[in-house]
Amino acid sequence: MNKALLGLILGGILGVFDGLSAWFTPAARPEILGIVMGSTVKGLIAGVLIGYFARKVNSLALGITFGLGVGLILAYAVAAMQPGPNHYYFEIMLPGGLVGLIVGYVTQRYGRGPSPTRA
Amino acid sequence: MTRFLSDSAIERLREAADSPYLTGTRYRLVDKLGQGGMGGVFRVEDTALDRQVAMKVISVADPDGTGCARLLQEARIIAKLEHPGIVPVHDAGLLSDGRPYYTMKLVQGQRLEERVATVPALSDRLRIFLRICDAVAFAHAHGVLHRDLKPSNVMVGPFGEVLVMDWGLSKLVAEKAESSVSQSAGLSPKKLGNTATAHGTVLGTPGFMAPEQTRGESVDQRADVYSLGAILQSLSAEASPVPRALAAIRKQAMAEDSAGRYQTVTDLATDVAHFLDGLPVSAYPEGLVTRCWRWIVRNRVWILLLLAYVVARALLIFFRPR
Repeated sequence: MNKALLGLILGGILGVFDGLSAWFTPAARPEILGIVMGSTVKGLIAGVLIGYFARKVNSLALGITFGLGVGLILAYAVAAMQPGPNHYYFEIMLPGGLVGLIVGYVTQRYGRGPSPTRA
Repeated sequence: MTRFLSDSAIERLREAADSPYLTGTRYRLVDKLGQGGMGGVFRVEDTALDRQVAMKVISVADPDGTGCARLLQEARIIAKLEHPGIVPVHDAGLLSDGRPYYTMKLVQGQRLEERVATVPALSDRLRIFLRICDAVAFAHAHGVLHRDLKPSNVMVGPFGEVLVMDWGLSKLVAEKAESSVSQSAGLSPKKLGNTATAHGTVLGTPGFMAPEQTRGESVDQRADVYSLGAILQSLSAEASPVPRALAAIRKQAMAEDSAGRYQTVTDLATDVAHFLDGLPVSAYPEGLVTRCWRWIVRNRVWILLLLAYVVARALLIFFRPR
């Protein structure tokens, strides 16, 4: 499986679970479907970006840093879009950053890189 | 006549007689590197190519001439084995005094036992071992048995290159009788510095020889597997405790019965490579718990990351603002 596809799938799966965790917050339960969908899309975007980066850059340290950065930025955007006075930056960005970290590590460590070009 | 000469004078005369007579050749004698069973190995300068090479020349004491045939056979066997782990033969022929010779790459480096003293990490030692296995497996694939594998017959060069040396006891598997070479060559155990059993001449080195080789029986590639197991044992002797999987690999490689050993060097190398990669080895069957633990250890980083994520999520849920 190539790294971009691996990132996409892993980001999507973690995004689904990330969204489902909202079920533990009773106030958010009525909107669980929208939350899961939004979280999944966020995971897919993060996954494909991080996976594409892993295809281009073969470095575990850079891959993890990039994954963490993308996860945090996307989570920040989601938090900033929250209606109301409370944006829950910490509560959204902490798991978002960890998801990016995991996808960054996995796409560097596993998955198939681009085929070597022939001269 | 000898009573008029001192022992040292006789020794000097013997050395002078053993030295290759290089007049009329492209080589110039530099010094002597060592003495083997059949002949001496000398450092010579190849004047045509302006480089130093090692020259093996049969000893003078070869009354029936079979040693000469053996030396040329050795050269031909090595010449078949073009592999980075096997010292290459450059040239072979007859000196003007009628003695055969062959020249080979002059290997500058350390013997394996010297080298490992400077390589404390077991994993690095095992990587060297795998390079030895590569060379021996290549020889086997070309129908050649080494029959005298031991740490002193492996050189490690300054850039980490590993070379299997001294194919003087090697034989082509297609050769008819196992003992024919030793018998026809007229090599006594004393000359080779090896041991003999009551059954007759035995070629090899005690401690590194397979039991069937010690008994003078017919041998196949599993005899080299045994010797490699003995080398593996010497490489991992200082590891304390020896990992159980590695101990099992050693045990299987050095099984008394050749049928119980790895059947090929490739099988042995595969197990050692798996051990290095943290994978299961065929010599050491594992239970479910061990296999699960191995999987967890191999994937510990992302498992820990995933756990960190789950813990973070749990804490956020538990301490969520009310």
